[in-house]
Amino acid sequence: MSNARANILARLRAVAPQEPAATPEPDFYPATKLGHAERIAQLKRLMEHMHAEVIVTDPQHWIATLKDVLRARQVNGLLYGPAGPLGAALEANWDSELPPLVGYTEEVEQCKERLFALDAGITSTRGAVADVGALMLWPDANEPRLLSLVPAVHIAVLEATHIHDSLADAIARERWAEGMPTNALLISGPSKTADIELVLTFGVHGPKELIVLVLDDERG
Amino acid sequence: MTETVVDFPKNFAEALNNSQLRRNLRAAMDTMGHRRRTLFADLDALEQLRARGDAIRWRALRQLPDLLEQLEKKCTENGIQVHWAETPAEANQICLGIIQRHHASRVIKGKSMVSEEMHLNHFLDEQGIEALETDLGEYIIQLDHETPSHIIVPAIHKNRDQIARLFHEKIPNAPYTEVVEELNAIARKVLREKFFAGEVGVSGVNFAVAETGTLCLVENEGNGRMCTTAPPVHIAVMGLEKVVERLEDVPPLLRLLTGSATGQLITTYFNMITSPRKPGEKDGPKEVHLVLLDNGRSKIWADPELRQTLKCIRCGACMNHCPVYTRLGGHAYGYVYPGPIGSILTPQLEGLDHAGAMATASTFCGACEEVCPVKIPITTILRRLRTESYDKADSPNAVKGHGYKVNRMESLTWKGWALSNATPWLNALNAKVLGLAGPHLSKLPQVGVLKHWGQSRALPPFARKSLHVLAKEKGIADE
Ligand code: SF4
Repeated sequence: MSNARANILARLRAVAPQEPAATPEPDFYPATKLGHAERIAQLKRLMEHMHAEVIVTDPQHWIATLKDVLRARQVNGLLYGPAGPLGAALEANWDSELPPLVGYTEEVEQCKERLFALDAGITSTRGAVADVGALMLWPDANEPRLLSLVPAVHIAVLEATHIHDSLADAIARERWAEGMPTNALLISGPSKTADIELVLTFGVHGPKELIVLVLDDERG
Repeated sequence: MTETVVDFPKNFAEALNNSQLRRNLRAAMDTMGHRRRTLFADLDALEQLRARGDAIRWRALRQLPDLLEQLEKKCTENGIQVHWAETPAEANQICLGIIQRHHASRVIKGKSMVSEEMHLNHFLDEQGIEALETDLGEYIIQLDHETPSHIIVPAIHKNRDQIARLFHEKIPNAPYTEVVEELNAIARKVLREKFFAGEVGVSGVNFAVAETGTLCLVENEGNGRMCTTAPPVHIAVMGLEKVVERLEDVPPLLRLLTGSATGQLITTYFNMITSPRKPGEKDGPKEVHLVLLDNGRSKIWADPELRQTLKCIRCGACMNHCPVYTRLGGHAYGYVYPGPIGSILTPQLEGLDHAGAMATASTFCGACEEVCPVKIPITTILRRLRTESYDKADSPNAVKGHGYKVNRMESLTWKGWALSNATPWLNALNAKVLGLAGPHLSKLPQVGVLKHWGQSRALPPFARKSLHVLAKEKGIADE
């Protein structure tokens, strides 16, 4: 194995380095600067095009909106992260007539059965990117990775002020290069495939439904 | 894979006579091309983006050894174990070692062309390890013991009736249905159980970022995330050219990749993996391994012209727009990478003496180059490969298996041709003879190579007067 490394690098190092190319690197797309409302509108339009449901709501009433979303569906429970940013608010406002809240609190090896049996999961988001219409998630110990993947319905809560113009913008402004998390994700809709005759169908291996609650202070 | 001799003429004839295949392909390729054009409607912006993509890939390749070492260092710091493999056999052994160390027998796989290059499934199968493809297209062809016919949509050669029959026959209790949604649902159900039980996940890598030690994966289905998150061990295999320098290089390449491949602004998921599960985290693999495969890439890299081959981001656009691929499909090429990219990459990986014929599967229309998001000069490289097929000289950067086409008859013919054209009286004599024979020999004789060539073409008649004579009549000086 170590031989392979040495041999490969020796082959690559044996070639004299070439002059730095004079190729200019043009900007990646003329950067469009969007206003607050435009950013939300663009994100909503693009994500809905990808079959996500995007509901803009105000930060005081998002739990009421969430309850409506759940009542409209038959789900057997809502997986969440009790120690995550949404945990306390969910617990304080839950009603017994709603599908039960189920905390993702153990390592996956201990709770795989339960995890795979639940219909819905809720996560916060780190933000979103407007130019392509996608959420940014940095799952962590409190809101693990499978929370946004295994349940058939994924509900994501997004703060409108965290929507960036583009991924390039988010990477630069938030200085991602200085420290990447275990896993960073962009999610643009429910899972989909076009592998049979290029017919687009939604809900293959990941969630069949993605519902985004955008919390917007400046609404109305 | 080099042992099998690919019979190109036979494959081509079969593919061309398969009208079902041609219908399936035509419709799909037209759709993909149309989607790409719709997404990249602003041509100036597209050109700018392609120039950027080209520059990013070129900059990465220029520093390849440094970036690979940086990637290794960063990954190691992050807890990802890095392995180097010179050959597919070595890469397979590395994977096997990891799998055996975990006493695993069930491997779930996300889509990876490099794992196809390694023939990993076949290898693991021989070791008694089940390697299950989980991408829907890959799953379909695995059920039918086939290989991918396209690098993005691997089962594109099949239509829904064929898939309906396949599912009904191969999956226990699956009803017969031609409804695409129902077929998807059947696969979802089967594979869910596999995700649940998978002990090791294997994936490819679309870009590896040296600066941060991050592995990026692009996908729509979620199976890639499943394979890289649910099992306790994740093995990522990648060709060593996939490294990029900086995180900020990723957004332009991502846009080029999804746009060129399927006309999507972005895929459903963009998955960036930087470390295994950290203490306190509740899921994700406890071990992440990265296998860097050379398999001839370092040799390609050594030649400044051929190096351009390694800029490829495997978008498949060159296939979708290729008049040869859209009529043959991927299987006729007989190797893992079909279409224009396959025609330049495979002969370099496998040797011209094995796969050199692939370089002849081109009309030189240049459509591939026009759409290639990283501006690979595909026709230039094709021409180089064709030339080297006849070049026996051992220059240091000569392509493996070069000179395989050199034979005495052909060299004699060309020598005669050269002599004739350099010797005016001989040329004049030849032209006379053919011209006189004209009325009787109105067309090229249908013998030898010309027989095949003439089967589907109208053969041109000989001109009554040669070019030399015509030029003389027009008063053009003969030099
Ligand atoms: S050669 Fe260019 S067009 Fe073809 S797959 Fe590679 S990047 Fe895409």
